[in-house]
Amino acid sequence: MDLYVVVLVEVLYGVASLILISAGLAIVFGMIKVINLAHGEFMMMGGYATITAVNLGVNVFVAMLVIAPVAVGLVGLVVERLVIRHLYGRLVDTMLATWGLSLFFIGLATMIFGNTTTGISTPIPGFAIGDYQVNGYNFFIIVAAALLLVAMLSVLKGTRAGLVARGTMQGPEMAAALGYSPDRIYMATFFCGSALSGLAGAILAPLVGLVPTSGGAYIAKAFITVIAGGPSLVAGLLSSASLFGVVNQAFTFATSPVIGEVALLVAAVVLLRILPQGVTGTFFKGKI
Amino acid sequence: MSLNRRNILTGAAAAASAAMLPRVAMGADSVKLGSILDTSGIFDAYGTPMDMAMRLAVNEINAAGGLLGRQVEVVAYDTQSDMALYTQYGQRLTRQDQVDVVHGGILSASREAIRQTMRKTRTLYFYNVLYEGGVCDRNIFINGVTPAQQVEALVPYAMGKSGKAVYILAADYNYGQITARWIQKFVADNGGDAVGVDFFPLDVSDFGSTIAKIQTVGPDLVIAPLVGGAHLSFFRQWAAAGMKDRIPLASTTMGVGNEHKVLTPEEGNGIMVAYNYSQELDTPANNAFKERWSAAHGDSSLIHEIAVSNYQGVMTWAEAVRQAGSLDREAVIAALESDLSIDGPAGTVTVDPKTHHAVLDVHIMEVKDQGMRVIETLPQRQPIDTQAVCDLQANPDDNTQYEIQI
Amino acid sequence: MPGDLTRDAITITLVTGVLIWVLPLIVGTYTLTVLAIYGMLGLSLGLVWGFGGILCFGQAAFFGLGAYAYAIFAINIGESTVPMILAVLVPAVFAAFLGALMFYGRLGDVYLGVITLVVTLILFKVINSTAGPQYVIGNARLGGFNGIPGFPTLNVPGIPDAYIWGDRYFQVCAVLLGLVCMLVTALLRSSFGRIAVGIRENETRMSLMGYDVRARKTAMFAIGAAIAGLAGGLFANWAEIVTPNLFSLGQSAEIIIWCIVGGLGTRLGPVLGAAGLAYLKFLLGQQAVVDNALVTGLVLVLFVLFLPKGVVPALSALWRAGAGRRPRGRVRQRRRPPRRERLNG
Repeated sequence: MDLYVVVLVEVLYGVASLILISAGLAIVFGMIKVINLAHGEFMMMGGYATITAVNLGVNVFVAMLVIAPVAVGLVGLVVERLVIRHLYGRLVDTMLATWGLSLFFIGLATMIFGNTTTGISTPIPGFAIGDYQVNGYNFFIIVAAALLLVAMLSVLKGTRAGLVARGTMQGPEMAAALGYSPDRIYMATFFCGSALSGLAGAILAPLVGLVPTSGGAYIAKAFITVIAGGPSLVAGLLSSASLFGVVNQAFTFATSPVIGEVALLVAAVVLLRILPQGVTGTFFKGKI
Repeated sequence: MSLNRRNILTGAAAAASAAMLPRVAMGADSVKLGSILDTSGIFDAYGTPMDMAMRLAVNEINAAGGLLGRQVEVVAYDTQSDMALYTQYGQRLTRQDQVDVVHGGILSASREAIRQTMRKTRTLYFYNVLYEGGVCDRNIFINGVTPAQQVEALVPYAMGKSGKAVYILAADYNYGQITARWIQKFVADNGGDAVGVDFFPLDVSDFGSTIAKIQTVGPDLVIAPLVGGAHLSFFRQWAAAGMKDRIPLASTTMGVGNEHKVLTPEEGNGIMVAYNYSQELDTPANNAFKERWSAAHGDSSLIHEIAVSNYQGVMTWAEAVRQAGSLDREAVIAALESDLSIDGPAGTVTVDPKTHHAVLDVHIMEVKDQGMRVIETLPQRQPIDTQAVCDLQANPDDNTQYEIQI
Repeated sequence: MPGDLTRDAITITLVTGVLIWVLPLIVGTYTLTVLAIYGMLGLSLGLVWGFGGILCFGQAAFFGLGAYAYAIFAINIGESTVPMILAVLVPAVFAAFLGALMFYGRLGDVYLGVITLVVTLILFKVINSTAGPQYVIGNARLGGFNGIPGFPTLNVPGIPDAYIWGDRYFQVCAVLLGLVCMLVTALLRSSFGRIAVGIRENETRMSLMGYDVRARKTAMFAIGAAIAGLAGGLFANWAEIVTPNLFSLGQSAEIIIWCIVGGLGTRLGPVLGAAGLAYLKFLLGQQAVVDNALVTGLVLVLFVLFLPKGVVPALSALWRAGAGRRPRGRVRQRRRPPRRERLNG
């Protein structure tokens, strides 16, 4: 019995970390149709922001939940103004430009922090479920991912800002005619997406050793999750993250972490072959 | 990393300006020592102190008048933790720079990437790192501990403190694969049972599900030959899950890159290891070494197992050149094979003429408050695993890495 | 237009000959060899993407497959001729399967990108975890992270002891690059090539005209993979080791950057982009002031923003404007923002 709970926690953790990894990319792709291939590097910067802040004596949760998202969001703002702004509506060009940005940030981080592994300890102790010990931090990640989804949903559905944002995505001319500036809204959306990437990187930082190239480990997974999710933002994210998280953890338990990752990737290929519009392109149509 | 490249450039500049000086002032051409190490990337925790140790050794040799009346010049390349760069720089060292000796290589993968190049170009090669044993090649000299020197001592000690059921977590490349088999052998020899073996690619850093899986098996002891920066997170996650007080840990690699200084005392305390060197060795040789290191590089807390191995390797080579009175490869090999030994910071190191490995002291230790406390010292252990399969006196043309079969 | 083809063949032969003679006077042949190999790799994607309109994020997968195929078969066979042929065939066959899977599924461009990227990752993960002694093909240990070192290198066909290395090997690579350039030229002049460009410009129209778009795209994809595989086999010979890093995303990214910078829709662009940027990287690697990735990334961003067509088209436009000449009826493909715009629909 305890074992099932432990496995369940690990599976939930797998799904939650996929949601965290993909959320920033999903917002930017879903709302403004930009695939930000520097997303992994935004996460990496979130991790470095956290570690730097903690080393300067800031409380680890403040560093993770406030400093990192704000810092990375600001970087995102600069990137949007300097680069992305000129490329709206040119999907492949934005992919290439953000790929270039990703290399740029890797180089920058290497020059600032050195090509060496850094890390911090997890701030939450482990605890027991029956006979089993569980990493307490896993729960933190699960809760954080759940809160994130709820927040995204309520902002998009429940607030005026969310309504304006969704409206602008569907018809920028109409939104402009009603007095909203699409330019501003795109900018704000990109800021939010970047901040979420930074947040994800910060939350995952205590679990992994951070190097300037760490982002590469995330981008592919995030990319796959978002594309497989399809057009709906929250529903797509949740459905594809659940599917891939379960596949990944099941195979990891049964065999090894490598087979788990490979299984995830194979599942993605199969899924895209069967449902080329993503999960929500076929099911849950019209959801956010 | 940047230091290295700059040093190459300044080295080149120095060589260029030296070339313009009259011959008399220079004495003669310098002796070229090639060094090839990962001083950046995920293995830099191993490579950077090794590089410092090599430079310390060379400076000491030069301060004492150099070799054969000539100064030793370092030609160093940073392989950035990329195995493909080893072959490129290995070829550059041998074909373009034409160095007299190469010291370097950290991961066994990197050693195997350049070993044949060194052999083909007849460049004497020193691999100064603890490893999985079995390399039998007349052109290479190895002074790191092998499983028979290390694992054979560590396993019974660790099992005595815990129990018979052992779970092995190893890095997924030749070192981890072969070492895991040695661990299985010694566990069986000591009446135990290897209840699980898992391999992890060097970029895996999420061990959550593995930790849960280990608990379902419920071993008495976990032995972890894990390697590199990413694998360090295993020890963090193990402690974060509260497993540290439930199942004891032993490792054949933890601490080689001073990992125990990166981990907090709570995460590291109690991990059992066995190495040739510890900063906590209270011997006159080690204390003097630490002082010299501080004078040269500042912080002596960076010294680790394979940095000392690298230092001892360079010193062994220098001693052999002095005894041979020549840089000729055959003459130096002959000197090395004449029971040559040096006294290094980690005690006496003697070259075993049969295998070109080293006879050295091994200490069983436990991590305590970011240090390694010596529990037991096993003096002058022979590399019997390699001696059992390799005899370079009888078969000088041998060129294989023997692997243990189970 | 056979006359044009002959003239192109003569031009390529002359240029290749002159370059083989002149370049070694400026740069070492060890470096030049890899530049030629990268040029060929760049050309492979330049063909598939620039003329076939297929954006492949995983060209490195075919490069790596070619290198591994060569290494594995060279160890098993010993003589290098058959392994070199297999280095071309294995990626081509693999690409034909993968292409059929994608094109017959009528996947959109972004999805194509994702799938090629994912397949590259799968190959990387799988090869990277084959360090155990149980992963053997014939006599060749796959070696996982270690890669495969120490396989027999290229020899004169039929004479296993006559290894080709050093300056000779550079000449072999350069001549092969010239040959591949000629083949690509011939291909683009053939009806297959012209229809491929038609498909790039408007897939539906070509399909309505009765051409089997899916089969043609698959064939194009496989040809690109074959060239990348040849480059991979040559690279294995140059590096004398193959490692899983050949399949890395960074490698794929670099190939795309070469094409963008050099110029899509041209034959010369990707070759020059590859050789030029690889040489820049080599020069940057010798200094420590700025990081390599930083410069590469900046170059890509600046090109996308300010020179999205690439260097070669921009220069030739400039030259034509300066010389006051008008474009003539050669295979000068129309430069291509339209295609990339349409991907967004």
